[in-house]
Formats: sequence, structure tokens, C-alpha cells
Amino acid sequence: MTYQLTDTAEQAPSKRIAGIVNTPRLRLFLGNAVADYGLLFAFFAGWQVASSAGWLNPAVFPPLDHVAAALWTGIVSGALLDDIAVSLQRAGITFLAAVGLGIPLGLFMGQIRAVERALDPILQLFRQTSALALYPVFILLLGLGEASKVFVIFWATLFPILLATIGGVKEVDAKLVEMARSFGASRTTIFRRVILPASVPPIFVGLRLSATTALLLLIAAEMIGANKGVGFQVMNAQYNFQIPLMFAAIFLLAFLGLAANRVLVLLQRRLCRWSLTEH
Amino acid sequence: MSVAQVSAKGEVTVRDLSKSFTLDGETLTVLKNLDLDIAGGESLAIVGASGSGKTTLLRVLAGLEEPDSGGVLIDGAPVHGLGKERAVIFQEPRLLPWLTVLGNVSFGLEVQGISRSEAEDKARHYIRLVGLGEFETAWPRQLSGGMAQRVGIARALTVQPEILLLDEPLGALDAMTKLTMQEELTRIWTEEKVTMALVTHDLEEAIFLADRVLILPREKGAHPRLIDIDLPRPRDRSETRFVRFRQQLMAEFGLH
Ligand SMILES: Nc1ncnc2c1ncn2[C@@H]1O[C@H](COP(=O)(O)OP(=O)(O)O)[C@@H](O)[C@H]1O
Ligand SMILES: [Mg+2]
Repeated sequence: MTYQLTDTAEQAPSKRIAGIVNTPRLRLFLGNAVADYGLLFAFFAGWQVASSAGWLNPAVFPPLDHVAAALWTGIVSGALLDDIAVSLQRAGITFLAAVGLGIPLGLFMGQIRAVERALDPILQLFRQTSALALYPVFILLLGLGEASKVFVIFWATLFPILLATIGGVKEVDAKLVEMARSFGASRTTIFRRVILPASVPPIFVGLRLSATTALLLLIAAEMIGANKGVGFQVMNAQYNFQIPLMFAAIFLLAFLGLAANRVLVLLQRRLCRWSLTEH
Repeated sequence: MSVAQVSAKGEVTVRDLSKSFTLDGETLTVLKNLDLDIAGGESLAIVGASGSGKTTLLRVLAGLEEPDSGGVLIDGAPVHGLGKERAVIFQEPRLLPWLTVLGNVSFGLEVQGISRSEAEDKARHYIRLVGLGEFETAWPRQLSGGMAQRVGIARALTVQPEILLLDEPLGALDAMTKLTMQEELTRIWTEEKVTMALVTHDLEEAIFLADRVLILPREKGAHPRLIDIDLPRPRDRSETRFVRFRQQLMAEFGLH
């Protein structure tokens, strides 16, 4: 028998490394940049040209340098920074609270069949009920202030995390659990050394879904009833016909979403080096 | 049975063992009043038609399944449930994908409360024994089926059991790898001086590896047949007596 690594994904990086050595690094870097971001760059360039030349209505689609200027002024004056801070606080604290409750609760529920069975229908119902549809209810209960905003985001972020964690625990390969048991592993050891690590990838699926949901709900909640926050700023700038500022806020939101996803991907890579899951 | 292999430890005695399952309200008797003696250091192959209860017997021996009546004694003492003197090698390697080869092999000792460094030292020895010395840091997804199964074997050996229980461990491997692994198992069994109970559906494998072959009957309660394979080792599959044993076993299953 030959001892060969059967994994092709493992071999790919070494080829890429060989490529770097053989071709000038700069050219390779530029080549990659064009392949990855060329279309995005063309989109922005097209926007800029079309808007400056008047092919697009500049009142609706201002040239990008105006948007950039609005973004710059907003940041140095501190006005947009305040909005960013408020938004991050709302979404961030809520997301962390949902993680802090959802993961432990999911780990517990996933292990106890009776609990999971009893709670599953109601969880499914809650999940299918759009959090945004419930926002008026939360406003009635908690008022138009911070509490209702935070709660609607919390509600919407909790369920993806909770359900992903429960699912992850339930789907753990029973054969692996039995293997651990055959070596005399206790229940807590099995939990710590088999169930927990096996649940990490599905939990991350839930986390990333939750992060996206958190941002979506944040914007909606800020648009409906707030006087601060990036979501509020999008709406407010539009009312005041500060269209470059509106786009600046929209780009900021997109950037926040990308950054949140990026952080989670990096964290997942660190924690799940063993799995092949990408992105 | 080669006399050199018989040691005092790892003796298995099965007395009046019965086991049935309830499926949809119906009782399915799988093992009925089974008696069996496995000498310490013996290599016993268990064969039988599919559904004849081979896996069930092995799981009862392992302590993964409780018998309805009767019981198992190890070195003369009755046992209930799992025990450190027994280790199981399953048909699938059952490796933890988030641990390297080294992590997987030391897993058994670690869950038994041995410190990581001590467990890893022992694990390294057995990783080399199964020929995977260069792959300590590989992830399970990087291994071929045969290599993964070797890791599973090393993991079981690392806890240094008296009794190895194997449920069709080579069943999923390709024909070439299987032949190599059969030789490896013989070598490991000789070196480690363990008692081995090996479930297999491959009659040639049974004759190649075992001192005795147990044939589980289809009719519950009928006496299982035991056949002595008194061939010298290392065994030669093309030798006349080997071939004759194969014919004898095939005849037991009504095959010719
Ligand atoms: N946990 C179980 N529950 C119900 N029936 C089972 C269970 N385990 C095994 N059986 C039944 O017992 C019989 C013997 O199974 P098994 O020991 O796996 O046979 P073999 O390994 O010889 O093919 C089969 O009919 C199987 O369906
Ligand atoms: Mg079986």
C-alpha cells in the first residue's frame, strides 16, 4: 500500500506558492486583484463617469467623489462617527446577548430530546414569524425608545443561533459518541470532546446568518423610529435631500456587514482548521 | 491453537447468553443460550449469515449492549458494561475529524484520565507500529480508507487492552489494502499478545487470522459450530490445507 495524502485541496496551496516564486510578485498580485475586484472597480468607475457626464441623474446618483466627500466630512466632523457608534452598540450588544443566550441554551436543548421535542414547534413558529412584523408589538410593549429596538434585533438574531446550535448538537454522529463511550468517556467528557467540537461548524452557520439578520433589523428599526444611527442617517439624509450623505451611509452599512462577516469567517477558520468548509 | 499465544490474561467466558431486541412491538431473538470460551491470547473469528447476530455478540462482549440473561466473564470475573481491558475497532474508523492522527490515537487514553503528554507518548509508539509514523500531524480527511482504519486500530491498541473486539474492520477496504491489513493484524496480534475476537464475512480472512472460527447458526438456540484452524503461521493462502479449510467453511454455508 502506498502512503499518499489523498486530499487534493492540500496540494493546491503548494502549487500556488510555486507560482509566486516563478512569476514576478507584483504582476501576480495585480492579476489577482483584477480577477477578484475588477468588476467591482468597473461598476464604480461606470457610476462615476455616468454621473459626471450626466447620463445618470446626478441628483439621484451623485458622482462618487461627492459621496466620498460627504463620508469624509461626516467622519471628521464626528457626526457619522456618532451614528456608527450608536448602531454598533445596538447591533453588537444585542448580537452578543443573543450568542450568550442562544449557544448555551441550544447546547442544552439539543442534548435533551424531550425538551427539544416539546419546544421545537413553538421555535419553528417564532422563527417563521418575521421579527419586523412583531416590531409594532414590541413598540406597544416597550415604547419607541431603545428597548424596543434592541429587543427586535435580539429576537431576530436569537433564533438562527439557537436553531443552528440545537441542530448541530442533534446531528452529531452517534457513531462518534459511541466510539468515545467505548473508551469509557463520561457524559461530560463526551460533551466536551465530541459534541462541542462537532457543533462548532453548524453554530457558525447560525452566527453568520444572525449577523446578517442583526444588521437588517438594525437598519429597519433605525429607519422606523430613531434619531441616531446609520440607518436613521440614510432616511434623514434622504428627507433633507443630502443624497451624497445618504449614499455615504448606505456604503457604511454595506461595509459594516462585510466587516462582521469577515470577522466571523476568520474566527471560524481559526476554530475549524480541520474542516474543509470555505467562506 | 499455537501454544505460545496462550496467556493467562484476556480470557473470555460467555455463559448462557441471550439477547433479543424489540422492534415495533415484536421480539426478535438474536442470541439464545450461547456458551463460548475464548482463551487468553487466542484469535477467534466470528462468521455467520447477515443478521445472525455477529455484531450483537461483539457489542455484548464490549459492554455496549446489555444481555437479557446470562453473562460475560473476563479472566473469571463477571463484567457489566464497558471496561478498560476491552477495546473496540469498528467497521468505520470513527475518527474525530477535528483531531490530528496523534490526537485521535491518544484520545482513548485521554478520556481515561491519562495526561496528554503521557497519552501522546504511548500514541506515537502505536502510530509507528501501524506504519503511520510520518502522518502524526495529518487530519483524518487527508487519509485514505486503509490509513484511517490503521489509525482506529492504533487508537484501540494505545489503551493496551487485553481483548480486542473487531467488527468487520477491513470490510470497507479494497481487496489489495485488505490483504496487507490482514498481515498487519496478524503481526500486531503476535506482538501485542492480545485476545482477538474478529467478526468478518470473509471466510478466507477468518482462516488467515484465527485460531478458531465460530459459526453463528441461523436457527436461534442451535449450537454454534467451532472449527479449529490448526495451521502453522505465517499462513499461506494457496496451501492445500488452507484451501481445504475454505471449502469446509463454504460447505457450512451451503456453498461449494
Ligand atoms: N439496536 C437494535 N434494535 C433492534 N434490532 C436490532 C438492533 N441491533 C441489531 N438488531 C437486529 O438483530 C439482528 C442481528 O443483527 P446483527 O448482530 O447486527 O447481525 P450481523 O452483524 O450478524 O449481521 C438483525 O436482525 C438486526 O436487525
Ligand atoms: Mg454486523
